Formats: sequence, C-alpha cells, structure tokens
Amino acid sequence: MEELHLPPIDYAAIAPLLLVFGAGCVGVLVEAFVPRAWRYRVQVPLLLAGLVAALIALISVADKRVSTAGGALAIDGPALFLQGGLVALGIVSVLLIAERRVERGGAFVAQASVVAGTDSDRRQSSQPGATEVYPLTAFALGGMMLFCAANDLVTMFVALEVFSLPLYLLCALARRRRLLSQEASVKYFLLGAFSSAFFLYGVALLYGFAGTMSFTGLREAAAEAGSEDTLLFLGIAMLSVGLLFKAAMVPFHVWTPDVYQGAPTPVTGMMAACTKLAAFGGILRVFTVGFADINLDWEPILIAVAIATMLVGAVMAVTQTDIKRLLAYSSIANAGYVFTGVLALSEEGVAGTMFYLVAYGFTVLAAFAVVTLVRDADGEATHLSRWAGLGRRSPLFAGLFTVLMLAFAGIPLTSGFTSKFAVFSAALGADQVTLVIVGLISSAVLAFPYLRVVVLMYLSEPAEDTPTVSLPGVFTSLALVIGLVATIGLGVVPGPVLELAEQASSFIG
Amino acid sequence: MSVNLAQETVSYAPAEGALSSFWLLIALPLVSAALLLLLGRRADRWGHFLGCLSVGVAFVLGLVYFFTLRGLEESSAELTLFSFMPVSELQVDVNLLYDPLSSVFVLLITGVGFLIHVYSIGYMAHDPGRRRFFAYLNLFVAAMLLLVLGGNYVMTFIGWEGVGLASYLLIAFWYDRPAAATAGKKAFLMNRVGDVGFLLAIFLMFATLGSVDFEDVFNGVPTLSEGTVLAIGLLLLLGACGKSGQFPLQAWLPDAMEGPTPVSALIHAATMVTAGVYLIARSHEIFSANETAQTVVVSVGAITLLIGCIIGCAKDDIKRVLAYSTVSQIGYMFLAVGLGGAAYALGIMHLLTHGFFKAGLFLGAGSVMHGMNDQTNIRRFGGLFRYMPITAVTFGLGYLAIIGIPPLAGYFSKDPIIAAAFARHGWTGWLFGGIALLGAGLTAFYMTRLFVLTFLGPKRWTEDITHPHESPATMTVPMILLAIGSVASGFLLSLGLVDYLTPSLGPETEVEHGPLSHLTVTLLTVGVSVIGAALAYLLFRRGTALEEQPARSPLVRAARANLYADTFNETVFELPGRLLTRALVYFDNRGIDGLVNGLAAGIGGGSSRLRRLQTGFVRSYALTILSGALVVTAALMAVTFGS
Repeated sequence: MEELHLPPIDYAAIAPLLLVFGAGCVGVLVEAFVPRAWRYRVQVPLLLAGLVAALIALISVADKRVSTAGGALAIDGPALFLQGGLVALGIVSVLLIAERRVERGGAFVAQASVVAGTDSDRRQSSQPGATEVYPLTAFALGGMMLFCAANDLVTMFVALEVFSLPLYLLCALARRRRLLSQEASVKYFLLGAFSSAFFLYGVALLYGFAGTMSFTGLREAAAEAGSEDTLLFLGIAMLSVGLLFKAAMVPFHVWTPDVYQGAPTPVTGMMAACTKLAAFGGILRVFTVGFADINLDWEPILIAVAIATMLVGAVMAVTQTDIKRLLAYSSIANAGYVFTGVLALSEEGVAGTMFYLVAYGFTVLAAFAVVTLVRDADGEATHLSRWAGLGRRSPLFAGLFTVLMLAFAGIPLTSGFTSKFAVFSAALGADQVTLVIVGLISSAVLAFPYLRVVVLMYLSEPAEDTPTVSLPGVFTSLALVIGLVATIGLGVVPGPVLELAEQASSFIG
Repeated sequence: MSVNLAQETVSYAPAEGALSSFWLLIALPLVSAALLLLLGRRADRWGHFLGCLSVGVAFVLGLVYFFTLRGLEESSAELTLFSFMPVSELQVDVNLLYDPLSSVFVLLITGVGFLIHVYSIGYMAHDPGRRRFFAYLNLFVAAMLLLVLGGNYVMTFIGWEGVGLASYLLIAFWYDRPAAATAGKKAFLMNRVGDVGFLLAIFLMFATLGSVDFEDVFNGVPTLSEGTVLAIGLLLLLGACGKSGQFPLQAWLPDAMEGPTPVSALIHAATMVTAGVYLIARSHEIFSANETAQTVVVSVGAITLLIGCIIGCAKDDIKRVLAYSTVSQIGYMFLAVGLGGAAYALGIMHLLTHGFFKAGLFLGAGSVMHGMNDQTNIRRFGGLFRYMPITAVTFGLGYLAIIGIPPLAGYFSKDPIIAAAFARHGWTGWLFGGIALLGAGLTAFYMTRLFVLTFLGPKRWTEDITHPHESPATMTVPMILLAIGSVASGFLLSLGLVDYLTPSLGPETEVEHGPLSHLTVTLLTVGVSVIGAALAYLLFRRGTALEEQPARSPLVRAARANLYADTFNETVFELPGRLLTRALVYFDNRGIDGLVNGLAAGIGGGSSRLRRLQTGFVRSYALTILSGALVVTAALMAVTFGS
C-alpha cells in the first residue's frame, strides 16, 4: 500500500480560520461544563476575543499569497480581504446577537418548540437565555471564511454546509413569534438542501468532465474543451444554481423575504451582511478563477439573471409593508448590483465588488440594529404603518435610520454612493452598458421605498400606539456607531479601503 | 495698485507685514455672528457686547491698516488665502485686496457700523430677540467687508449675496408682522434681479477673458470688443441698481423701513446701498472704457435722484422720507461715478459724508420713535425740540448737512458733483446739471418739512403720549459722534481724499469748466437750497393737517403712490410671472406629474402582481427554483448548440 503523505500546511496563513473555529469548539465545551448562569458572561467575551484575534492574525498575514493544504485553500488577496470583511462584520453581528438589554434574556430561546404562554414557557423565560447561539455563530462565520478561501470544489461544498447548517438553526431560535421563526427555518433548510443538491450535482458533473476538483485544474481542462461538452456546461449550470441561491439572485431568491422576516433580527442582519459576502466571495472565485478561460458563452445568461435580480428586487420592494421584508427585497436588488461588479470580470470589478460587500454589510447591519429597537409590548414592531411618526418620538434614531436609508439609496457622501460608483464604473469599463443602465433605473425605483420610510417617519402624525424606540444597550449602541461611522466614513473618505481592495483584487491559481 | 500710464497695466502688490493679517477684518464679525447664533440663549446676557466688541476691534484694526497702507509705496496689498474653485480653466482663489478704495470703505463700514451697534444696545434693550439681532448685524458687517475686500469678482459676489441674505434677515426681523415679512421678501426678490445681472457679468468676464480676478479683468478690458465691454458694464450696473436701490429697482428700499431702525441706518448709511457705488467705482476701468455705459449710469443716477426727491416730498412717515432721501442721495453718487474721471472720487466722498449724516438722521428718527411709542407719522409730531434737545440738535446738524449748507459735510461733497455735472459736454451737461440742481432744491424742501414738522411748531401728538423723553446714553452718544462727523467730515475729506484714492481710481484729470464757473454753480446750489428750505419753513412752521388731505394735483397723487413704481412692477413683472407660474403648474401637474405618476402606478401595479407569486408555500418556492435551474440550463444549451 502506498504511504499516505500529509500535504504541508501553512499554519500562519490559516490561523484566522483556526482561531474562529477554535472559538466555536471552546464554546461548545463551555456549553457543556460551565454552569448555565455563567455561560453568557463567558461565551460573549470568548467569541469576541476569538474574532478580534482572527482580525489581528489576518492583518499580520495580509501580504501572504499562498495555496496551502494541498491546494485545497487559496490564501490570496481576495480571500484575505473578504475574510477580513467577514470578521469585521461578524464582530458587529455578534454585538447585535449578544444584546440583552432591549429584550430580557436576549432575542433567542434555547427551546424554541415550547408553546408560548404555557407554564414551561414561563419557566424558560425566567432562566437565562440561550447561549448556544455563540458557538453556532462562530461555526457559521468560520464556514463563510473557509468558503471564501476554498480552492477546490469539495472544500467549497464542505464550507457551504458548515456555514449553512448553523444558520438554519439560528433562524429557528427567536424568542418572539416562534412559529414564524420556525417556519422560516424549515423553509430555509428545505430550500437550502434543495440547492445544495444542485451544487453537489454540479460538482459531480464537473469532476466527471475534468477529473479534478481544483479550480486551477478545472480551468486548464475547460480551456481545452470544445463548446459541446455536455458534462461541462451542465456542471456549470448546476454549480451556478447552488451559488446563486446563496447569494439570493432571481429566480433563486424566493426564500429570502420569508426567511429574513421570520429569523431573529440579529441573525437576519448577519445573513444580509456576512452570508451575502461569503456567497459572492465564492462566486468571484468560481467565475474568475474556474471558468475564466472557458470557451463557452455563459455570460449572457448571467447578465439576464443580474438584470432580473435588480428589477425584481426593486419592484417588489415598492409594495412591501413590513420593514424586514422591505430590507430583504432591497438585499436582493443589492445582490444584483454586486453581480454587475462580478460580471465586469476584471480586477477593477473584483475590487469594486469586495468594497461594495463590506460597505453594504455595515449599513445593513446598522439598519437591522435599528429594527431591533423599535418595539412595542409584542416585541419588534416591524409593520411599516407602526413606524409612522417615529421621527417625532425618537428623532435621534429616526435620523440615524434616515442616514442608512439614504446610503441604501446611493446618495453621495454615504458609502452607498461610493460602492455603487465602484461596481458600476467597473462594469462600464468592461462595456457592460446595459447592466449599468438597468442598475441605475433599478436604483431609482428602489429609492422610492427607502424614502417612503423616511417620509413615513417624519411627515406622518404619530398614532396613539406608535411604538417607542427602546434604549439600546452597550452592544447595540456600539454596533450602531460602527455602522454609522462606516457608512459615512466609506462615503466621505473611501480611498484607503478602496485602495486596499484594489491591492487585494488578484486571485492566485 | 499702481497704474502705469505708459503700459496701462494694473497690478497689485502682495500683502506684507501688518497688512498680511487684514483678513481678520472679515473674520472677527463673522466669528462673532457664528458664536451668537450657535450658542443660542446661553449668549443672551452678553451677546450684544460681543457683537459691538467684534466690530469695534475691526474698526481699530481698520485704522491700523489704513495708516500702514499710507506708509507703503505700492498702496495696495493682495492676500491669497486658499484655492476656492480649482476647476480646470476656472481657477478662483479666495483672495482679498486692500487698497485705498477698500480702506475708506472699511473705515466707513466698521466705524459707522460700530456706532450703530452701540446704539442698538439701547434701542433693542426690550426686544427678546436682541442676541439674534446682533448676530445678524455682525453677519451683515462681515458680508459687507468681504464685498469691499474681495480680490476678484467672485469674492465680491459672495459678499454681495451675504449682504442680501443679512438684509433679508434683518428687514424681516420682526417676522411675525406681515408687513415686515413682505418687505423682507420684496427686498430679497428685487435684489435677486440685480444679482442675476452681476452673475451674468461675471460669466461674461470668464467667457471672454478667462478670469475673474480684478487684475486680469482690468488689464484685459482693452482687448475686448466695444459691445462686450458695454454688456459687462450694463450687467454690472443692473447688479449695482439692485443693491443700491436705483431706478428701476428702487422700490424695495423704502419698504425696508419695516425692519428695526438701526437696520435702516446700517442699510442706508454704512453698508448695502453703498455696495452698488463701490462696484462701479471698483470697475471704473470697465466703465471708463465705454462712453455709452457711462451715459447710462449718469442717466440712472439722474432719474433716481429726481424720483427720490419727488416722492420724499409727499411722504408723512419719518423713516420713509429718509428712505427716499437715501434713494436720491445714492442717485447723486451714481451720477458722480457715471461722470467718470475725477468725479469717481467725488462720488466716494459723497458716499462717506452721506454715511455720517444719514446714519445720524436715522438714529435720530429712531430716537424720536423711541420717545413717541414707535409712531412714525410726522403729522402727529411737532414741538419735540424742547423734550428731546440732544436728538433735535444732532438731527438738525444732519439735516443741515444733507441739504448742503456750508460749511457742513454735504456742502463739500454734493456741490462738486453738481459742478461736475454741469461740466459735461454739450446739452447733456445742462440737463444733468439742471436735474442735480433741482434735486438740491427739492431735498432742502422736504428735509426742512421733515425737521419743522417733527421738532418745531405746535404739538400735534396723539392722546396716548404725555411726556416724550430723551433716549438713553447708549443711543445719544453715537448720535452725537455722528453729528460731529456730519459737521466736520466734509471739510476734512476735501483736503486729501481725492489724492488718496488716485491709486485706486486713476489719476485725477483737470476738471474742465463747463459753461458755468465753479463759483456760479456753488452760489446757485446754495441759493436754491435756501429757497427750498425757506419755502418749507414758511409753509409748515404752523404745523399741518392731522390727516392726509386729498391730493389736488396728479403729481402729488403720483408721488404719494411712489410714482406708481409698485403698480408698474405688479402689472409688468408680477402678473405675467403669476400667469407663467400657473401655466407651468398646470403643465407640471398634467404633463410631467402624469408621466411620473403613471410610471409609478405601473411599477406599483407590477409589484402587486409579482407579489402574488410569493405565496409562502415552500413547494411553490422549490418549483420556482427548479424552473429557474431549467431555464438557466436550457439557455446555456441554446447558447452552446445554437451557435
């Protein structure tokens, strides 16, 4: 029997990954051995420390460009930039998840299946809230980081499942509106499994075509293949479906509004910011490394998908009456804008896409943070009619939300403008004029629902039962400040981050 | 600035030494205004002192700079602070220019402005908005200083707009009074008309000369065609007319009396209205290069001075009479700067002396109102000399100065203008000289009427007034100082101002004698003034009717209706404007809004229909995804095998 050689591993390069996964594993041990009353106080610092350590590790290896673990992982510019973005956005997400001042015990319960209002529910609400969410979050974030660095199809699939499974669970753990939350979780799980099947089928077909799993090998094989190789184009189609599902592109977006609405709001924020970033990290790598030299005309189809995404997301947002669904459709449309950057298929496009993802992530997290604060006796008041006149009750938060909405609408001096400018100019540079025109029209349509919220907050009389804005705790305040600073900062002085993205825009392999 | 006749070039020396800090002149009142506005009620107790202090210090600095400049050979100082609009061809810097012309304006603005600030402490003592009032006053002074210190036309324009804004805020200071709010709006709108002219002039300069710097523009004038110079000149004149209340944009100035009286004094004596004269004097290279432009300026001045005099005779409101006297006195200044040559300096000199006596007259009027329950109708005054001696004497000195009685200030500044008008060539000399002379007589008539009806003759007070009182010291001291200025400034300025201004306004050319000798003109002027004054005294020394009597002649009716200027504006400009607005609103509602609303409705409808696809059933979602996957695959196949 042949001796099995372990491939050399560059531990420094994957230290960030190990730190995040390590924090998750220690979190599991904490769940097992630390008394219930202490867990919250241990878990939150542990996870935050793990993420901060990962961020420091990332900064220290920022100049690395290696392919390690036998070519399974590519630690290159985009991987490092996206991992950095993921960790930064992850820290903000964890801050939101850890908030316990707004809702007693936090937004999560351990046993979501307990019927609300029963004795056992009352017992549960007297106990300290669920802390399982922290290791779950750690695994999800670790999976996403792995997904961005995965350099072959199998690693990518494993990473996909590693970050998806904890997310399915996290979706189901809401303290309020449990049925909605569980429904969201089941839908997400079923459709996620469905799309994973497509992905896996695509992987199998591509392996059948190329005889290798690595993107580099795939590219070499694809460059030589003729255009009539059924295995190749079927494989690409199936793989794309799996990826486009995670990025919530039309017509694979159908799960998004229901899941975003039902999931606990901090988790929704994390999905909108981090999952989207990770999904596009994978898409960037697959399309710019795997299929860059392919002799196959797949571009028009993806352009059509991008156009459909931008239009459907924007048009559907117009008639939404729930703020979380509105933000869900806005995230769909935004996925379309990001995709225009991807379709530029240039380093400029990669840089613009990465910048967009990070900038959008901070803004959307801050927006969901505000959503967690607008509450009445039944928890979050997400129906838009309940937001009428909020500007008079709580001018500070309404003002903050207005800034975020303006950023979404792409008004200059906010990150929304600079990031849209970055992807659209990259697309123009690649002669994708149609995409840019549709993108601008879609942005104009999308400005309407954003501004409608602003108008509603300021120009409507507050009703008797207009909810109040709860005073946020330290964690949410911090998340809000970070989100606002990033939104304004990346709008006024985008230079440093944009430059960083440009330096990190070339893949290896 | 030095003018080299051989090469006809204009160049300014860079600011050095003490003068390199002359931007402080603008910064001081500006910072004070910002502090007063930002600190809000916290500054209520001491805000007015800060307001006075900032302008007072600016005045002292102005004196220092003035004497520094006198000691310099170049007699100009240019200061470039930073780049303002670096847009390829268009390079506009924030640069300031301090030369003899600016220096005298700085002294006038800060000096008279300071006295008005001090006076306002007393005048506004009982007004709850006093801090805000001082903030606006400071803003006004700062904007006016920027206007006269700007080193290019864009800087001047920024100051120009600042003055417009501050005047709007101050005229409508008591914004809860409809009359004040309307007056503020009227002033702002009519100023805008002039501003557009100024702005177009700047555009034209940039389009033809590629620069808006004074230096480049003045040096470039000889290269321009005659038509362009005329166009620039007339557009600048339009701007000047708007700011200075000259025909045909004079109607806002009397309405501006709705603001607090110190504002009237500030607008009429030290700031705002002098801006137009400054602009024309500063741009003398442009106006001197085109005789037609000069003739238009002279005509505007002559028409305005006559209009002001005629309406002034018919008004019963103490502040409105003074307002129309300002209109007519500024007319004299326009007349002078339009005559060109040596008369530029005469115009500036009249502007300075006018600053003293008009400020004094307005503060006197405010003092009278202060003692008379804010009444302004001179038919219900009378005999106030005994009750308000200080006010009466200071007002009287201002009055004698404005009608040009030697040796008071007005005599030294107005008389040479009339002489210069007569000296113009041909029949126009007779025309403009005659108008100026007639104006002097009319001025004497209505100012005497004002003085006699207010301070002399029998009491005709309304019942609620029992014992009018003299104003407090914060009000009387500025009045006394201004009265001293009204007496002495004319003689003092006549000694050296013309020579001092030479570097700014060009070398003095010998005033040609017209058909009349200077002595004849002087005698005529003084004679006409004395006749006008005597006539008014005889008519009004026994008082007048308590109510306005029905007018017997059409001239009186017209004069009382402001020579129908308001009616004219309403029918010629407002009515078509309103009709146009209505038509545009109709078009906007039906056409553009229809399109926009239709589009929005379409998107909304599409959205509602698409929403039905979002059923909430996971099975239908899975079907959507599956169909999507099929479509993608089919499309790929079509692309692959189709080609």
